[in-house]
Amino acid sequence: MTLALEVKDLKKSFGGIAVTQSVNLQVAPGERRLIIGPNGAGKTTLFAQITGDLKPDSGSVSIFGNEVIKLPVHARAHMGMSRTYQIITLFKKDTLAHNVVLSLLGIDGRKKNIFNPLGPKDSLFDQAIEFLDSVGLKQQAHRHVSEISYGEQRRVEIALALAQKPKLLLLDEPLAGLSQDERVMVSELINKISKDVAIVMIEHDMDMALAFAEKILVLQYGKVIVDGDRDAVVNDPKTQEVYLGH
Amino acid sequence: MMKNSIFHIVLVAILVVLPLFFGEYYVNLGSQIMVAVIFAASLNLLVGYGGLTSLGHATYLGLAAYTSAWLFQKYGMSHDYTAVIAILFTTFVGAIFGWISLRASGLSFLMLTLALSQIIWGIGYRWVALTNGDNGISGLTRPSPFGINLENSNNFYWFCLIVTVVSLFFIARIVNSPFGTSLKGTRDQEKRMSALGYNVWMIRWVTFIMASFFGAVSGLLYVYLNKYIHPSVISITSSAEGLLCVIAGGAGTLAGPILGSILIVLLKNYVSGFVERWNMLLGIIFVFIVIFMPAGMASGFKQLKNRWFGGKKP
Amino acid sequence: MQFWVIQTLNSLALGGLLFMLSSGFALIFGLMRIANLTHGSLFMIGAYIAASVLRGGYNLVVAAIVAMAFVGLLGAIIERLILRSLSGNSQGQVLATLGLSFIAADACLMIWGGDPIPINAPEMLRAPLQLFGFSFPTYRLVVLGISMISAVLLYLLMERTRLGAMIRAGVDDMQMARAVGIPASQLFTIVFSLGALLAGLGGTVGGPMLNAYPGLDADMLPLALIVVILGGVGSLVGTFVASFIIGFIYTFGIALVPDLAYVILFLPMVFVIAFRPSGLFGTIRT
Repeated sequence: MTLALEVKDLKKSFGGIAVTQSVNLQVAPGERRLIIGPNGAGKTTLFAQITGDLKPDSGSVSIFGNEVIKLPVHARAHMGMSRTYQIITLFKKDTLAHNVVLSLLGIDGRKKNIFNPLGPKDSLFDQAIEFLDSVGLKQQAHRHVSEISYGEQRRVEIALALAQKPKLLLLDEPLAGLSQDERVMVSELINKISKDVAIVMIEHDMDMALAFAEKILVLQYGKVIVDGDRDAVVNDPKTQEVYLGH
Repeated sequence: MMKNSIFHIVLVAILVVLPLFFGEYYVNLGSQIMVAVIFAASLNLLVGYGGLTSLGHATYLGLAAYTSAWLFQKYGMSHDYTAVIAILFTTFVGAIFGWISLRASGLSFLMLTLALSQIIWGIGYRWVALTNGDNGISGLTRPSPFGINLENSNNFYWFCLIVTVVSLFFIARIVNSPFGTSLKGTRDQEKRMSALGYNVWMIRWVTFIMASFFGAVSGLLYVYLNKYIHPSVISITSSAEGLLCVIAGGAGTLAGPILGSILIVLLKNYVSGFVERWNMLLGIIFVFIVIFMPAGMASGFKQLKNRWFGGKKP
Repeated sequence: MQFWVIQTLNSLALGGLLFMLSSGFALIFGLMRIANLTHGSLFMIGAYIAASVLRGGYNLVVAAIVAMAFVGLLGAIIERLILRSLSGNSQGQVLATLGLSFIAADACLMIWGGDPIPINAPEMLRAPLQLFGFSFPTYRLVVLGISMISAVLLYLLMERTRLGAMIRAGVDDMQMARAVGIPASQLFTIVFSLGALLAGLGGTVGGPMLNAYPGLDADMLPLALIVVILGGVGSLVGTFVASFIIGFIYTFGIALVPDLAYVILFLPMVFVIAFRPSGLFGTIRT
């Protein structure tokens, strides 16, 4: 069985500080994997090395059996990987539908077309609205991102990621900054995602995260402290040590 | 949608019959404006739609103009060939300069476009054997496509009109195409676009090439109009005027370069009759627009047009 | 041999001038992320003011002080009045400085006319220095000396003073700097003023070498750009080294192959960017 994501012996240092120390991670297809750790544990750095925003010093990252370290960021989207961002990076001046269309277009050969108009009646817009429907935002499809609430923007982020029909989805703190109601809504969304998509999530909200996770990776100072099934990790004394008093 | 097309057709129709009502001076002014429109529209691809501020775009106007002039003067080559070679050569240089400039981004990109433009400008002035330096190249002629004599102002005006309409048509197509949509995306959220699978560098490079292509087209019209070329056309001032046309009209809009060019060319022609300080006026307008009207004139005009002619809902 | 001596000294002097011009540009760009296209104009205004002061009968030292004060003040005004209202809009700021450079150029034309104004070196520095059998143009040595002193002072400012520490923090990470309470607003004005002042000084000191003429701004600005790009954004050391590299290339280029001087000048920069986009010593991505 080919792993959706395999990280082997990943190392990264900034100046003299090791931010990723021999990290190993295996994510099976369809698995729900949670990455947790205190602030500064190197979770986002690890993510960045998987997405290609950061180049590791050594080690390997494979997506569905393909080594991707040498590939630029934009090539990785074509390997079935999508991601969301911790900070909202949507196209604020455009409509929700337009945002999703851009996502759909990213992996579509049509994007190279310099002549045929891409107007509001295009089939891409219909598809976009369907994806917006799946995150409960169909009614808002023609509003601009700047006009909707923060919680709604987070859902658009997910729609953008889902629109590329990924087999590996990376969620970077999808619940950050949301109200309780919004958290419930977004968590439900995430749990509804098809079981053939492997999801790797960084999240601080333990209630939601633990309900979601099948397996958990605990990081501290760039090192893997515990790695395993959810219940085993939760009960592991090392985990509790890392999260003193949580 | 229909109403939008009617607006365009009416507009073009008016432009076509204008020479029949105005004297030669105004007809030539019209041609001048159209050269500026194509130049500004080409620059707008980079600046307005790509978010890449270039300070060296006059390079491509100048290179095409000089290539055409030089081939004609040195080899007596017919304009059929000089035009093709000029455009191909200039676009080729655009590809190279684009590659170099896009090694950097943001303000370093700007500085590179300026520096590269200065090299060409310097060559234009100093390599006298090639370019005739400060004297420029004169004694040039206009082409005679299909045997029509373009030395006649009205004929040349209509020739420019055709080239302008066709160029703007293609630029509009590019901007509204999937490629254009992705270009605007890279302008607004570069990192996100990469993550979504777009090769941002490639999109920008292709845009740069297209911009230099249309810049070359404007250069040919320029040298045909004036029948003379001088290195000052490749100066920073020249590039800046193009920028001003784009910004004043409204960057990132199709109407912007048109409105901006009309304003700047008219100002330049009338004001320089009264005031020696064109550069100062240019500077003041620049600062004024940037601070007080950053969206340019196009957004204001668009509202007017929509009221009278209907059109796309915002 | 004398030829080489003279050209070497010219190169060093030009390098020194370029440092005074470019260090200001580099500081402004490094801290405020503004490509100050008015910088060449500030240099030129410094030269013109020096010329006027000299015509009034005062000596070059007085001229330098007046020029620095005036241009520094002008810089502060530009920053406060115009650039501040465009903060966050870097494209707008660049365009605004471009517009200002046009206004400045025409203003100088109006005030001082179209003819070049010679600026004479002080009497005692006109006679060449005789050393080891060679003639050294004295004033060039002085320019070199002044630029070295400026470099040292700038270094001390950056490394040994609180202001310098604040500037370095801001260059490194402006967000963080603000978070720890560094007054960005005042800092920006001070740095812009300082940069302008250095340009004004450069214009004055360079006066006897270059004179004051319309177009001086357009001649100097690209050189500053090349130096900063070559040296690497964010590094004053880079600016220093690059200033002299360009000084040499430009001087010998003009002397040996005048027709291709521009090409020779810009080519190294183009190569460096193509293969090392952050410049020779660069630390910051733009």
